[in-house]
Amino acid sequence: MASGYNAKEEDGHHSGAPGNGGGAGAVKSKKPDNTAFKQQRLPAWQPILTAGTVLPAFFVIGLIFIPIGIGLFVTSNNIKEFEIDYTGVDASSPCYNCARNFSWNSTSSCTCSVPFTLEQPFESNVFMYYGLSNFYQNHRRYVKSRDDSQLNGDQTSLKSPSKECEPYRMSDGLPIAPCGAIANSLFNDTLELYYVVNNSKTPVTLVKKGIAWWTDKHVKFRNPGGNNNLTVAFQGTSKPVNWRTPVSELDPTDPENNGFINEDFIVWMRTAALPTFRKLYRIIQKKADLTPTLASGRYVLEVSYNYPVRSFDGRKRVILSTISWMGGKNPFLGIAYITVGSVCFFLGVVLLIIHHKYDNRNNSADIPN
Amino acid sequence: MPWRSPLALLRDAVRGIGERQKDLRVLVSNLPYSELDAGGRPNRFFPGNAYTPLLFLPVNLYEQFHRWANVYFVGLAVLNFVPVVNAFQPEVALIPICVILALTALKDGWEDFQRYKSDRKVNGTPCLVYRRPDKRFVASRWMDVKVGDFVSMGSNEIVPADLLLLHTSDPHGVCLIETSNLDGETNLKQRRVVSNLGSPTSEFDPENFHCLVVCERPNNNLNHFKCYVEKPDKEKVGVGIESLLLRGCKVRNTEHVVGFVVYAGRETKSMLNNSGPRYKRSRLERALNRDVLFCVVLLFAMCLVGAVGHFIWLSSLPSIPPYLVPDSQGYLESPSLSAFYMFFTMIILLQVLIPISLYVSIELVKIAQVFFITNDVDLYDEDCDGRVQCRALNITEDLGQVEYVFSDKTGTLTENKMVFRRCTVMGTEYAHKENAIRLAVIDEPDSDEEVLFHQRPRQGRQPGWTLDLEESGSEAAQPPRAGGHRSKVAGCAEGDVAFSSPLEKEVVPDKALLQQIVKIDYSSGKRMVDPYLDFFLALAICNTVVVSTATAQRQRVSQLPGASLSSGPLDTLSSLAKKVGSLRQTLASWQPMSRRGSLASEGSAADDESDKTSDRDRGAGAPKGPRPAGRSDELLFEAESPDEAALVYAAKAYGFTLLARTPASVTVRLPRGETLVLEVLDTLSFDANRKRMSVLVRHPVTRQLVLYTKGADYTIMELLGTPYAEQLKGNQKSVAANCQTHVDQYAKEGLRTLCFTKKLVSEKEYSDWSTLRREAMAAMDNREEFIRDSAVHLERDLTLLGATGIEDRLQESVPDTIVALREAGIQVWVLTGDKPETAVNIAYACRLLDEGDMVINMSSKDKLTCTSMLDCTLEAVRRYPRGPNGMVTDPTIALVIDGRTLGMVLESDLQAHFVELAQRCRSVLCCRVTPLQKSAVVKVIRDRLKVMTLAIGDGANDVNMIQAADVGIGISGQEGMQAVMASDFAICRFKHLRKLLLVHGHWCYTRLANMIVYFFYKNVAYVNLLFWYQFFCGFSGTAMIDYWLLIFFNLFYTSIPPIMFGIMDRDVSAETLLGLPELYRTGQGTGEYKASFFWVSILDAFYQSLVCFFIPYWTYQGSDIDVFTFGTPLNTVSLFTILLHLSIEIKAWTVVHLVVILGSVMVFFLTILAYNAFCVTCNPPSNPYWILQNQMADPTFHLVCLLTTVAALLPRYTFHVLRNTIDPSPLVRARKLERLDADVRQQWIEEWRSMRGGGAGGGGGGGGGGGGGGDAVGGGESGRSASPVHILDPSPFPPSRSDTHV
Repeated sequence: MASGYNAKEEDGHHSGAPGNGGGAGAVKSKKPDNTAFKQQRLPAWQPILTAGTVLPAFFVIGLIFIPIGIGLFVTSNNIKEFEIDYTGVDASSPCYNCARNFSWNSTSSCTCSVPFTLEQPFESNVFMYYGLSNFYQNHRRYVKSRDDSQLNGDQTSLKSPSKECEPYRMSDGLPIAPCGAIANSLFNDTLELYYVVNNSKTPVTLVKKGIAWWTDKHVKFRNPGGNNNLTVAFQGTSKPVNWRTPVSELDPTDPENNGFINEDFIVWMRTAALPTFRKLYRIIQKKADLTPTLASGRYVLEVSYNYPVRSFDGRKRVILSTISWMGGKNPFLGIAYITVGSVCFFLGVVLLIIHHKYDNRNNSADIPN
Repeated sequence: MPWRSPLALLRDAVRGIGERQKDLRVLVSNLPYSELDAGGRPNRFFPGNAYTPLLFLPVNLYEQFHRWANVYFVGLAVLNFVPVVNAFQPEVALIPICVILALTALKDGWEDFQRYKSDRKVNGTPCLVYRRPDKRFVASRWMDVKVGDFVSMGSNEIVPADLLLLHTSDPHGVCLIETSNLDGETNLKQRRVVSNLGSPTSEFDPENFHCLVVCERPNNNLNHFKCYVEKPDKEKVGVGIESLLLRGCKVRNTEHVVGFVVYAGRETKSMLNNSGPRYKRSRLERALNRDVLFCVVLLFAMCLVGAVGHFIWLSSLPSIPPYLVPDSQGYLESPSLSAFYMFFTMIILLQVLIPISLYVSIELVKIAQVFFITNDVDLYDEDCDGRVQCRALNITEDLGQVEYVFSDKTGTLTENKMVFRRCTVMGTEYAHKENAIRLAVIDEPDSDEEVLFHQRPRQGRQPGWTLDLEESGSEAAQPPRAGGHRSKVAGCAEGDVAFSSPLEKEVVPDKALLQQIVKIDYSSGKRMVDPYLDFFLALAICNTVVVSTATAQRQRVSQLPGASLSSGPLDTLSSLAKKVGSLRQTLASWQPMSRRGSLASEGSAADDESDKTSDRDRGAGAPKGPRPAGRSDELLFEAESPDEAALVYAAKAYGFTLLARTPASVTVRLPRGETLVLEVLDTLSFDANRKRMSVLVRHPVTRQLVLYTKGADYTIMELLGTPYAEQLKGNQKSVAANCQTHVDQYAKEGLRTLCFTKKLVSEKEYSDWSTLRREAMAAMDNREEFIRDSAVHLERDLTLLGATGIEDRLQESVPDTIVALREAGIQVWVLTGDKPETAVNIAYACRLLDEGDMVINMSSKDKLTCTSMLDCTLEAVRRYPRGPNGMVTDPTIALVIDGRTLGMVLESDLQAHFVELAQRCRSVLCCRVTPLQKSAVVKVIRDRLKVMTLAIGDGANDVNMIQAADVGIGISGQEGMQAVMASDFAICRFKHLRKLLLVHGHWCYTRLANMIVYFFYKNVAYVNLLFWYQFFCGFSGTAMIDYWLLIFFNLFYTSIPPIMFGIMDRDVSAETLLGLPELYRTGQGTGEYKASFFWVSILDAFYQSLVCFFIPYWTYQGSDIDVFTFGTPLNTVSLFTILLHLSIEIKAWTVVHLVVILGSVMVFFLTILAYNAFCVTCNPPSNPYWILQNQMADPTFHLVCLLTTVAALLPRYTFHVLRNTIDPSPLVRARKLERLDADVRQQWIEEWRSMRGGGAGGGGGGGGGGGGGGDAVGGGESGRSASPVHILDPSPFPPSRSDTHV
């Protein structure tokens, strides 16, 4: 590759011009510069990893990690979480019938009620998630099957969506808005929560604002032509094949929550990393008074069962969870910290022994007295 | 397909001559065809650059795609454009290959541009070419020169193509050329006009040249040319190299030259020789390629897992789920087809596993390593003003793995500055004691002399230079060299002239011998046949030395001395001024003594400056008698070999001064002052097989034909006349016997011996022989053989005159270097053409052999004894236990073997035995070996033992060996540049080998080995993240990291730190490496780059990738995290892990390392933050908008990063700590040593070394002086004696252990 690097000096023709003299003596000395860099003598720190020198590091890591781990573990344990599986796999489960008789094309929705009991009250804000299992939102083709420009309100993309959306790009000659497989498979179960006191159902207020990333809602997702008159804006487009309503009518209750900026839609479009995932559905806000957000007692989850999961052996869940500074309930991180910290500490002890056995001998041998 | 000149074809067609010999080329003058000729010849000189800037890109790309790695990469990129299998955006996949191709193209382009610039200059150089229309030589350019043209040149012009010399202005038909551009040899060489073509004196007319030139096909042999010229009358005249002017040579001292172009442009010998830097594949690279292959296998395995996994996953789905996206027609492929496609998708996804960027990185690192090596001030030599040259750019790391060093002796271990020491004439020895004393004194130049030297010449030189400027314009371009520029005392003032340092030039005559000559001169009436006279005559003329003068540089003395003096007194002045400087210091040292020995004092001062010189002349023993005004000093002898120069100078010291040499005559001034012009009838030049040369002259007085022969004693002794047969030659017998004893004596002292003989040839014998000779010369095939045979024919029945002993002194620090190399676990072999006695002596002197060594001498005449001897020796040697390195520890065995025996043992049936024996010997000395045997030995050892071999030599006879070895090192010394041209590295002195191997070799090797392993690790660790993710995305080939980041991660974020690591890491300092040569052993054999090392790294990479994947995985399991948010901590953690992993590996942190690593992290975060902030909808699937910002606001992210990094690096860190503590490698021990205070460390190293010295040299006892010291220390303080054992004891250094445990 590096042809002619040094050979040039030998190239006969280099001293080609006549009268240039072919003598061996050059005027300028070829002596290399005696600089620290060229002579590879830059001042350097040369750590040697031996038991003696790294002992403290192990103990320090151990001493830092174990408390962090304990803190995380405790925090995680303080998070209250409740999970309801409403897939309806068992014949005994309330949604069994809905699950069995599903078809994407049915116009009427099947509803079922899942009763459950909260043993403990949930104090602060409660986040209501829907969870899906075995749903590979991270499938390569699925992840790609969207048009971000279209979702960003780009008019040309609205009329002519990206090829990535195939085969959910055009429907009956009209461009699909929003196009692609992700949008097409939008989770469309409706979940409502009722608090049951003395057999009377009190609906629990579910807030649907603020469930999506702020940046998604305000920057990434935009309706074409602003938020006025979505019906006109989406004129000439077709709804996704599996949808029952066009995108402009996703949320009949709140006109601000329609079109591409529908938060449920935005949440769904952020494809989950793992096949078992949850997605934020609603937030139950902490009450102003001192009563718990969700008091202990009996509840009923009213499901309008639209979303099929049998085709992939999936499960549908509803999760009620409080969150902490570190997010949802997950004891893993705390345990991992404690484990790693303990291992470090243990290694520190081992090294201490080794240090006594070997390092001392070496050190004394190193230095001739 | 052999190239045929269109003209030749045309000529063939015209004359109806078919193709006879394929390997011959028939050329005719272009002139008759000048109208036909449309220029079909490769007339440009450097078609390598023929492509224009416009064409550069396609041509360069074409060349680049010859590399399989690039093809693989492009294949991947193309694969990515196939919709069913693509994993990335197709454009993204193009980035890496584009970056790599662009980088390479940039580099190639720059190099090409440099070449283009120089080529343009050369192509445009003017020259004179004969053109028919003009009927004269017309100014033209080099690029217009075609084969078959006639080119005319003047003095000091450079030859534009390989020319057959047809005419010169010289009456003798000779032309002198300087070949320093080609081979660095600065002496003038004679070229002769093709004989019998016409009268040499008349003006040459190209139009009258109707001969047919038949020559061999272009080849790269600079010293060989086969050709004959067929005259119109069908007479064939043989032409050899002596009539060929090679392109690049410079015409000297000849006003006008006309030549016929036989090879032009690329076909010239110099261009064919100049194939650019050599590309060798280093052992490390071979190992690397093996591991790349492993990676390919790994990649395929992983892709197979992906494909099979995808199939299983798809098959297990009960029906079609909503997340399975059908193709645009709405159909889903069958699981098996999907799985098939998935295999290719996986290849694209995991392609980084094959470290393509590694190749580019390695090249960058090697360029930097070469830069550091060439810039090492310790490897700079003042004398030759040269740095070490790295001619092969890609085997720097091989320097760190050398196990066998094969060294030439002359010029490599020794200075190759031949000094005449003593001689024997007619059986009487002349010891030259004064000369020996002078040499001893001259050895120690001291500063006073230097000052003197610098001051004096300036006064005298200035007028000399102005004069030169007036005299010849050619000198104008040469910058004046003030004495002050040269710092070294010896050999520099006449730096332009080979072999002429005062050391070599000045010989103090032996009193007795001088008297003998004087006596003869005045007592003997028939002095012209006196053996002493003959001896010195032989000394003076039996050579190929060309005489020139110091002043008119390169102005050949073509006339008799009287005429040559016509240049005037000023000339003399300047020359004297120039020389006085160097003489003065000689004077200062030995004048007092030489005065005592001087016989006569006679001033012949031309001016006050020459006063001093004549002083010296007196010292040099100018005998009584009239002398033609001390002008002889201006004569410079330009010899092809230093021996010749030494002999000529010796002869001069006795008054036999060689004054001039032309092809036909040689002029010698005798002690009494008269000059003798001897007609030279023939010169039988030296060749390696005959090992002798002869000159056949006609004595001007007696008109006898005399053959003077000089050569190695063993070849000469065989050729002596049969003394027993004739009573008359009884004297000869004793002379021969005495001479043989003396010669043996010389050899034992380490002197090079040459015998001189004389033979009277009768006219008849001569005429018979000359016919034979002519036939041989004209032969086309096997010409060399014929010529050699013809020479042998004449060289017999010789009469011995005497012999000389020439000293070739050891170079500085040679013993130290050899000891260091041996301590470094390198077996040193010396291969020499010298006699065994000489070689053994030198071997002792340079500590290749020690007193206590058991020396096995193998010398046998026939194969049978050779076989039995070999078997016996082997049997005996096998009884000794073998050390851990396969070398016998006690006692040390050395093998001395001569060329003939070597030839036998190298035959296939004995080879294995010999190799086993040699393996058990600590040092091997091969004497009287031919160049071919040298390379055969190297090849046998290299192939049989699979070891890294290094050959070092300085002369043309070492070229074979240098090329055969894994690493060839040339010493740019006295014998021209041929060895250097063939070498991979060129150094000035043998002692530089020590630092080159021990320090640079070690560094280059460890750096590169570590970097390569790190690269593999890095790629595997990173790519595996993607692989593990496949288990959670249905093996669908999803990447959870933005494609851009995926590509950039390898290309930018983590590429510079390892490259820096490969360039700058320094495990042990140079001082320690030099102080403890044993450390070198760590690199030998497979060294640090072991297969196990590689696999441990791969396993570590697997572990780290598992940690880096699964800690975040479990952390985020079941949460609402999205694909690319999940990928962010993985990517970040990978970066931290990979960089911190490197930090563990870095042995020496400099500012550069710190900046590069911190910089990488900074660049990573800054670019990604910027990318995530501004990229709202770009790069569709990944949607990077605000992801990192969100993550960085989340404490979990930071906690995950911290935990994962610690957990990932914990095993490696612990492993390093444990190994360094429990069983530290020698390198770690050395590093610990470096932490001690400088003086303590020095003391420690010295102490340890002295013990080593005792251990290595001692064996049975005795040993070097150091051994005793070491023992004393060991006995006195037990603590101290124990210390070396603990640090450096384990296996790598067996001798020390055995020493201390006793």
